[in-house]
Amino acid sequence: MPGRPSGLTTGGAPVTTVDGVTVIATESLSKRYPRVTALDRLSVDIGPGVTGLVGANGAGKSTLIKILLGLSPATEGRAEVLGLDVATEGSAIRERVGYMPEHDCLPPDVSATEFVVHMARMSGLPPAAARERTADTLRHVGLYEERYRPIGGYSTGMKQRVKLAQALVHDPQLVFLDEPTNGLDPVGRDEMLGLIRRIHSDFGISVLVTSHLLGELERTCDHVVVIDGGKLLRSSSTTDFTRTTTTLAIEVTDSDEHPDGTRAVREALRARGVETQDGTGLPGAGHILLLTAQGEETYDLVRDVVADLGLGLVRMEQRRHHISEVFRDKQDSLGDRGNDEQRDGQRKEAVGHGG
Amino acid sequence: MAVEHSAAPPSGDRARIHDIGYRTYDGPRLGRAYARRSLYSQSLRGAYGLGRSVKSKVLPMLLFAVMCVPAAIMVAVAVFTKAKDLPIAYTDYALVMQAVISLYVASQAPQAVSRDLRFRTVPLYFSRPIETSDYVRAKYAALASAMFILTAAPLLVLYVGALLAKLDFTDQTKGFAQGLVSVALLSLLFSGIGLVVAAVTPRRGFGIAAVIAVLMISYGAVSTLQAIAYVQDNTAVIPWIGLFSPVTLIDGVQTAFLGATSTMPGGAGPSTAQGVVYLLVVLGLVAAAYGLLVRRYKKVGM
Repeated sequence: MPGRPSGLTTGGAPVTTVDGVTVIATESLSKRYPRVTALDRLSVDIGPGVTGLVGANGAGKSTLIKILLGLSPATEGRAEVLGLDVATEGSAIRERVGYMPEHDCLPPDVSATEFVVHMARMSGLPPAAARERTADTLRHVGLYEERYRPIGGYSTGMKQRVKLAQALVHDPQLVFLDEPTNGLDPVGRDEMLGLIRRIHSDFGISVLVTSHLLGELERTCDHVVVIDGGKLLRSSSTTDFTRTTTTLAIEVTDSDEHPDGTRAVREALRARGVETQDGTGLPGAGHILLLTAQGEETYDLVRDVVADLGLGLVRMEQRRHHISEVFRDKQDSLGDRGNDEQRDGQRKEAVGHGG
Repeated sequence: MAVEHSAAPPSGDRARIHDIGYRTYDGPRLGRAYARRSLYSQSLRGAYGLGRSVKSKVLPMLLFAVMCVPAAIMVAVAVFTKAKDLPIAYTDYALVMQAVISLYVASQAPQAVSRDLRFRTVPLYFSRPIETSDYVRAKYAALASAMFILTAAPLLVLYVGALLAKLDFTDQTKGFAQGLVSVALLSLLFSGIGLVVAAVTPRRGFGIAAVIAVLMISYGAVSTLQAIAYVQDNTAVIPWIGLFSPVTLIDGVQTAFLGATSTMPGGAGPSTAQGVVYLLVVLGLVAAAYGLLVRRYKKVGM
């Protein structure tokens, strides 16, 4: 949005503003219902790429998507999607945008193919193109032979893929994915996140994906917008810090030589200059070591240390951040980053001048 | 084909077909009117179970057969006995078969709208170019068309049979045309009422019961009141009571304008002036049904 002096342009994130295009822009966008304020003077600019929209349940994520689709009028403020005004050009926006809802939305008694073809036609694709694009899209999301069977017999993961396919079938320029990883097991979750990454990298479609888990979005998105209570909490590029702030959890076996394997690893790591913390608050936490991964080399170091001691590595995993950490981290872990602090200041200003 | 083959694999290598990259779509996007037509044809087919499971074809097809068989029998009788006229007037047929017609609306109106509500498919429609009014118009038109097919088909059987029996062409054609206008009005009215009732509930079973209740109970109540009025020799009030049930509304309109004989007690159909009121009420109900549906879906939206 040119001419706006402050506010949250994604200028600090080179990846998302390659050609200076704004995909979504909101300006003091508010949505008030008689009893609740779903969005409170939200000003945010989002560029091409994969953008995560993070917030607890009820933070206003779904409300924002409804407004951006032109389905629900904003109480005040304005918003543009792909340069089109949501208040007056909703139909044109919806022709260029795909939407995957959070809830179940599939009739059980038709096959994925029939359903997606119908939805493609509802987006304006001629019958032959609708069939061809349906076959392509279902294959891209990973549905093969099962696509001819009624949807009622699908697993949650397969249903999520059909929901994603109907959002992509008309080759939109932008898709809104509302909680696409909800209800999936860890493997399904990772597959879905990989698919979301591909939507941008392989298909060239920009993505706005919501989640209440910050961690999974940080690894998938170029940019993360955090909202809470309808207000903007943080908007920042993820490329510069995801890798460096990842928390690793490791667990090792004991051996005859090292009856307390956990302690042996802790001491060996300390000797190499890596501080660890004990995992707390979880069952078996005494056997879990938490450490901050500085990059690829940390993974190698852990592997080498464990191998040198002759122990078995039971687990080494990235800990998912939860939305609540944003509140805590805002002061300490991010506070020391001048860039973020400045941006944080801008946010307050943007929110302040919006009214 | 308008699809761009931007990342097609080397030709002839069929084993690698799964490696085709993403292809963008640069072909035409036909917009709202096309989407509305697509929804209309899909819903119309769905009203006869086409494109759905075998199980969901059974009832609509059975009811269609039940509607047509009596007409075929009457025609056969007329042809073999060399009768001077058909045993039933075109305009009377739908009234005689009203139970079957009501059963059809009750089963297919919830099918048309409750499914989308129950499986929450509605937001997917509204995340596409169509607007609420497009959705409502497509669904309304589809069910009304399906009902018109159901009610007009037996009339066609009668008409063809009448011509085969060499009955008077002008007479038969006029009666057939009047019958068609009558069942067209009936289709609009019944499907409007059925959709409004069904759109309130996502539960299909409840929708079916509610539609039957509205159509049958209102008719039962109205007929009873009319019978009482007739017994008390209060015939002037009979046509006014008839305004309160869909079946008697259609009866009244066709008695006043379409040369039908009223089935109300004592044949006390409405006069032409009362007929205008009947027609206005029918059109008002159709408009109200449309308005209520639009309002309902504006609210359901997402």
